[in-house]
Order: sequence, then C-alpha cells, then structure tokens
Amino acid sequence: MSFRMNTRTRIAVLMIPPALLLLFFFVLPMFVMASYTFREGSFGAARQRFTLAHYREFLENAAFQHLLWRSMLLSLETSLYCVILAYPAAYYLAFQAGPKRLTLLTLIIAPAWTSFLLRVLAWKLILGSEGMLSSLLQSVGLLREPKPLLLYTRGAVVVALAYSWIPFVVLPIFAALDRIDRDLLEAAADLGCAPWQAFLRVTLPLSMPGVAAGFVFVFIPTLGEWVTPALVGGVKGVMYGNIIQDQFARALNWPLGSLMSFVMLLLMLALILPISRFARFLRLGGL
Amino acid sequence: MRYRAASPLGTIYFILLVLFLYFPIGILVLFSFNDSILLIFPLRGFTLKWYAALSQAEELLKAVRNSILLGIVSSAFATLLGTMAAVGIMRFRFVGRGFFLAVASLPLVIPYVVLGVALLVLFSSLGVPLSFWTVGIGHVIISVPYVILIVAARLAGFPASLEEASMDLGATYWQTLIRVTVPIASPAIVAAFLTSFTTSFDEFAVSFFLIGRQATLPIYLYSQLRFPSRLPLIVTLAAIVMVSSIAVLGLAEWLRRKDQPA
Repeated sequence: MSFRMNTRTRIAVLMIPPALLLLFFFVLPMFVMASYTFREGSFGAARQRFTLAHYREFLENAAFQHLLWRSMLLSLETSLYCVILAYPAAYYLAFQAGPKRLTLLTLIIAPAWTSFLLRVLAWKLILGSEGMLSSLLQSVGLLREPKPLLLYTRGAVVVALAYSWIPFVVLPIFAALDRIDRDLLEAAADLGCAPWQAFLRVTLPLSMPGVAAGFVFVFIPTLGEWVTPALVGGVKGVMYGNIIQDQFARALNWPLGSLMSFVMLLLMLALILPISRFARFLRLGGL
Repeated sequence: MRYRAASPLGTIYFILLVLFLYFPIGILVLFSFNDSILLIFPLRGFTLKWYAALSQAEELLKAVRNSILLGIVSSAFATLLGTMAAVGIMRFRFVGRGFFLAVASLPLVIPYVVLGVALLVLFSSLGVPLSFWTVGIGHVIISVPYVILIVAARLAGFPASLEEASMDLGATYWQTLIRVTVPIASPAIVAAFLTSFTTSFDEFAVSFFLIGRQATLPIYLYSQLRFPSRLPLIVTLAAIVMVSSIAVLGLAEWLRRKDQPA
C-alpha cells in the first residue's frame, strides 16, 4: 500500500507542473480562441456581445476559402519538392556514406537550426532585382538589365520554403532507410533481382513511413506560414497565414482572425488524427 | 554493418545539396566583408567596417541582449518542465500517459500563427499586458516538446535498473533522481537546453503576436528590413548569428551522441 502511495506521489510531483503548463498555456488558449470567434468586436462592449456574423462572413467570402485551398496546394508542392530532393541524399547517407554518416547528417541538419528569418532574408537578397543573383548574372553577361528573378512570386515562396525544410525531410527518410535489414536486399539479389528492381520492390516500400513522416513534417508547418510569404511572396505569393496575421496587425478584427486561426487548427487536427500512431511519426523523425 | 561502395553519382548529389543548403549562409558571410552599402555583385573589396559598426548599433545590441535573456529564461523553464515530464513518462505507467504525450507533442504540429493568436486572445481576455513574459511563455510551449523527446530518447537508452539499484542501496527516490537519473540524462538535458535556446533566439512568428515594447532580435530585424541602408549591418549580424548557431548546434549534437549506447 505504501509502495503504491509513493509511486503516486512521484508521478504527481513529476507530471503535474508540466501538465498545468500545457493546460493553461496551450489547451486553454485554444478554447479561448474558439470562444472569441463568437464575439462581435475586438475591444470594449462589442467584445461582450455574441454574434455569428464572422462565421457568415467567412463562409460567404469565397476569397478566404480560395486562399486556404491555394495555400494547401502550395504546401503540397513544397512538400513534394522537399521529399524528391531529400530522398537521394538520405539514401546516400544510409547506404553509401560509410562510418562518417552521422557527421554528414549533422552537416545537412545544421543550416536548419540557424535563423529562419535570416535565411529567408538571404533569399530575398539573392532573388531581388537589385539582388545578388541578378547582379551576378549581369556581371558575367547572362542578363542585360536588373530584373527581379522570382522575387514576389509564388515560386519564390516555394523555393524559400523548400530550402528551409529539406533538412527536416532528410532526417526521417534516413532513419527509415537505415532501419532496413540489409539481408533483405541480399536476399533480393540472390533471388535474381536487379539492383533497380530491389530498390523499387524492397527499399522504396520499406522507406515509405519515413517519406510520409517527412511529408507531414513539411506540409503542416508550411501551411501555417506567414513570415516567408510576407518577405518574398509579394501580392502573388500571399498565403492563408498572412490574412490571419493581417486581422491582428492591421484590420484589428480579432474575432475574424480567431475564426480563421480556429479553422486552421481544426484542419490540422483533421489531418493529424487519422495518423493515429502520430507519436510513432515523431520517433521516426529522430527528434 | 555493411556499406555499399559509394557511387560517384550519390556523392556528387550529396555535395550539391550541401552547397545549396549553405549557399545563402555563405552569401551573407561574404557580403558582411564587402566594402559597399549595396548588396550586389561585383564585390567592392574587403572591409571589417560593418563588424566595427555593429558595436555602435545600440538598439540592435539591446535587442540581442533581450533575445539572449529571453532565450536563457525560457529554455531554463522548458528544460526543467520537459525533463520532469520525460522522466515521468519513461519511468512510470499511469492513466493519461498517452494522452499527455499526444497533447505535449501537438505544439510541434500546430502552426505557430495559431499558437500566437491563441495566446494573444488568452492574455487579452485575462487583461495581462504583453511583455517579455508573454513571449517567454510562448517560447516555453514551443520548446517543451523538443525537450521531452530529446531527454526521453536518452532515458530510453538506459535501463531503470540503475535507479532501482540506487534505491536498493538506501537512497530515497528523490536522491536517486538528483544523483543518478539527472547525471545519466545530463548530456541530453544540456542538448535540450541548447536546442530550446536556439529555437527561442530565432523565434519570430509567435513573438510577433506576443511582444510588448522590448524588441527581441528577430522582431528588431524584421522592423529594419524596410530600410535598405541598414541591410549591410543586418547581413553582418546575420553572418555572426548563423555561424555561431551552427557552432552551438554542433556542440549540442556532440553532447547528445556522447556515450549514448548505440
């Protein structure tokens, strides 16, 4: 009996503080945000009045839904590029890099941990019309006059985002490839498989959990992006996150902003919950 | 473990990808030494004047100090609370364990804009003025999942029997926690702290919603982007920040791997 009491005390002491932190500053804010979507205005008395006007506005304004859809496509495209670019590097690390592989993996991951904002800034400087790429191409004679290369387009957002997220995709694909039993490949070879057949029928299917994890790792955070499009996207590269940010920074329509944000939260949960073993994905990521 | 012979194609691709990943960082470092206010090619010659000018930029240095302070305080809280949770999760079975883990992992996949908005409306509803502390709370929430995952991974590599032995030899549970468990986990705890610090130091998307009057470095940088004459200074600072964060991360990786059982 006293043994069980002790165990309970230990669990309580260890778990209650972090649980309270998450309850008050993560779970509760989501509910407050949800309740905010019914408020009439952001400040003063309007804050107290209940209304469904923002829901009506959100549902009737096709531009919001259109932008959400376009942002999903942009994130999807970015995730695809990331997976395609990351896979060969992960394959190289898992199968060919030899004993230096973990050092090389760190080499790939390190840039991802440097300032996100500054890397986006670097792309802004590289792609702009007075920018480095343009001036470099001019000085070697490939370009006649200053011209923005990609900057303030949807393409610039995709390039800057894909650049930022590739390392996070290499990680889970590498982890999945590394786990493949090498005997399986040998068996495939013994049974007459050509190397490319063994890749298509053994390696690729077995690495799919890593590919899926990498895909999710990119798709979810990029869907909520607003900083990268604000810096390099211009008008053509606006994403859903930008109009959320706009409701707070400029329009001061907090209830509508909360509703947009709440829609995004529900969308994310709807995307994640089907992956019931979501924790397994995280472990695959090696985080 | 057997490795296949490296094909030159794989090596070439890998090198190209690494070059691509380091290209923007290299560009920033290159231009931090360029003797021109315009960030364009061709380069104008070598100078250290931007580095010298940095030491005079008071507001910027204040923002750096704010960010360092915020990083240390928020990482300390995140590391403490995350480590407690990691020990609880790895060493005990209890009702709600899976649920806790799922909720604690959610900040990893909820877009920052949603977290920023949610905390902003919470603080506004409670009448809490935005300040350093509100940003700090946001950063703790962002960092806690990383701390739990890093420390839990380390604890998983060591059998609980070490702790049981300590208690069999007469130590209380809490003595064991401080003298056995924490030392075992210490490389991961340090790595988790450094990871949290780097995350906080760089965080912009959530800070933007929660910041009061004192700017953090990313907030200050964002506000300066409109002024082209400030860019060389920002690029120089970027070069310093990026090179040092790569160094800090290298250290964190090394600590995490150090005598980790394979």
